[in-house]
Amino acid sequence: MSILINEKTKIIVQGFTGDKGTFHAKEMIEYGTNVVGGVTPGKGGTTHLGKPVFNTVAEAVEATGAEASITFVAPAFCADAIMEAADAGIRLVCSITDGIPAQDMMRVKRYFMRYPKERRTLMVGPNCAGIISPGKAMLGIMPGHIYKQGNVGIVSRSGTLGYEAASQMKQLGIGVSTSVGIGGDPINGSSFLDHLKLFEEDPDTHAVVMIGEIGGPQEAEASAWVKENMKKPVIGYVAGLTAPKGRRMGHAGAIISAAGDTAAEKSEIMRSFGLTVAPSAGELGSTVASVLARM
Amino acid sequence: MDIHEYQAKELLAGFGVPVPRGSVAYSPDQAVYTATELGGWHWAVKAQVHSGARGKAGGIKLCKTYHEVDAAARELLGKRLVTVQTGPEGKPVQRVYVEVAEPFERELYLGIVLDRKAERVRVIASAEGGMEIEELAHTAPEKIMQVVVEPAVGLQAFQARQIAFGLGLNIKQVSRAVTAIMGAYRAFRDLDATMVEINPLVVTKDDRVLALDAKMSFDDNAMFRQRAVADMRDPSQEDPREVQAAEHNLNYVGLDGDIGCIINGAGLAMATMDTIKYAGGAPANFLDVGGGASPERVANSFRLVLSDKNVKAILVNIFAGINRCDWVAQGVVQACNDIDITVPLIVRLAGTNEEEGRRIIRDSGLPIISADSLTEAAQKAVDAARAHAAS
Repeated sequence: MSILINEKTKIIVQGFTGDKGTFHAKEMIEYGTNVVGGVTPGKGGTTHLGKPVFNTVAEAVEATGAEASITFVAPAFCADAIMEAADAGIRLVCSITDGIPAQDMMRVKRYFMRYPKERRTLMVGPNCAGIISPGKAMLGIMPGHIYKQGNVGIVSRSGTLGYEAASQMKQLGIGVSTSVGIGGDPINGSSFLDHLKLFEEDPDTHAVVMIGEIGGPQEAEASAWVKENMKKPVIGYVAGLTAPKGRRMGHAGAIISAAGDTAAEKSEIMRSFGLTVAPSAGELGSTVASVLARM
Repeated sequence: MDIHEYQAKELLAGFGVPVPRGSVAYSPDQAVYTATELGGWHWAVKAQVHSGARGKAGGIKLCKTYHEVDAAARELLGKRLVTVQTGPEGKPVQRVYVEVAEPFERELYLGIVLDRKAERVRVIASAEGGMEIEELAHTAPEKIMQVVVEPAVGLQAFQARQIAFGLGLNIKQVSRAVTAIMGAYRAFRDLDATMVEINPLVVTKDDRVLALDAKMSFDDNAMFRQRAVADMRDPSQEDPREVQAAEHNLNYVGLDGDIGCIINGAGLAMATMDTIKYAGGAPANFLDVGGGASPERVANSFRLVLSDKNVKAILVNIFAGINRCDWVAQGVVQACNDIDITVPLIVRLAGTNEEEGRRIIRDSGLPIISADSLTEAAQKAVDAARAHAAS
């Protein structure tokens, strides 16, 4: 098993016919992902990469039974695309788009609340590398070959650091159940906590790696939950020990502006809640190996 | 993105927030002329720099005569103002704001922020104006009032009234404070701000409520729809290397170490910097070269990193997802041929097409130090920088 997606998950691509949408949809299909179509307003009725194109998400869902979508939509229009997916009953939206205004994300999250919990959309991203359940499906832009199928979950703010972890683990023969990138923006569709809960319930995930960075309260909130509720071991890491205060480090959300925002504070919080913290990013794989060896 | 006080006041005034009368000046003559135009008896001449704590740093002068206005403007303009927030190099003062100084009875605090925990807008107020809110949150959190805004409907007048009554204002003052709070919120919402801070918000003897200082920051991601705000950007207040980086669409933050970094992905960039420190060195910069690292982007990155004269080694660390290692390798080789790189260069390539990328580096005949892992790359960079510094 895995979380969020598997080989059966029916996926549509929003912004299907654009350059980025085309490139990554092709990669996803080659990986074996069950892409059932795409949406580009105005191109409905045509075929792209051998899949049907629809004008609206609602039409795509009706015709294909799609459950998940990925957005390659420009920042100015992405909030609209996400809300369209939520309205059409898509249960999982993954947004790769970097540059969505924070107030748009605030409205998107408020919009999700209008639906009852059992049909509410879970969003991953924005500004993320997406989701991969190795050997099954890829809803993202990661290089699929660096992941080995296995039993460790990864949840990371950063895309490239998630790759780093997966690749170090693969070299040590450790595989991944699902890897989720929650994205580098100040307001994420879903948090570390949301995914830790899913990993805790997934019988095929035996341990989880949580890779955070400076800025925001999410790592602390998730660590507190781990201490109270999680039986599986969690390996933590926080990037940005050398980051100066008040400077935005690439990601819109990676900025030290409040108490508890620094990497040192977050690492200490993780430790105090019983997580095993990797001493450096170069030792993510070996730290996972040592935790698994103790199990 | 940050703007100056006078710009923030101009924007806030447009949303009905009362501000003292004032005008910007670029020269002492203009400052005096502005003071005569404004009228009144006392004026504040305020250095316009992107920093708080200007008063304590001598950046705000209270003047009683035109002669004093002239002297204050002469003293401030053309200098660099060093505050506790600017760092030792300070920020250049190219404009002053001349404002009618009015006596006031009380100083309040009003702030509006994007709260990442609540994922909503939060309005913060306190009767203890003039103080740093973070300090107050630490020493006397009970003196801070807060309301969270429901995004579907926005800030409601009753919430603003709650705050205004909570600040201990009389009924006349309350209605004026509500106007100021609602105006500041609408400015925040309509202009895609991430922060509005009015500290202090003052109450005058005749019950008026005025924004005596104002600070606004904006969401860079929303500038595509806020052209008027984007045009207020003042590059003189930013690190020139960061301005140059922004022109090439690169993310760069200058630091004070000696190992230059060129990395793809913000998280990996931070983690690489941390690993350099862990190996006993110090990073000279943060630089995210981004997803599509074309040879041109790689070359621009090298130029930028080398413009920092402290750099004694350069570490290139690429984990290619959308990127391809062979493209990056070609970019590195081309950059080495185009630019005179006199410091050791360490390159680590991983991910898509890594074998091909490493082969291109090896076959180039250039004195590039290769590394396979993050830890190895950081260690080699630290060693190379030390050796270079000693030579």
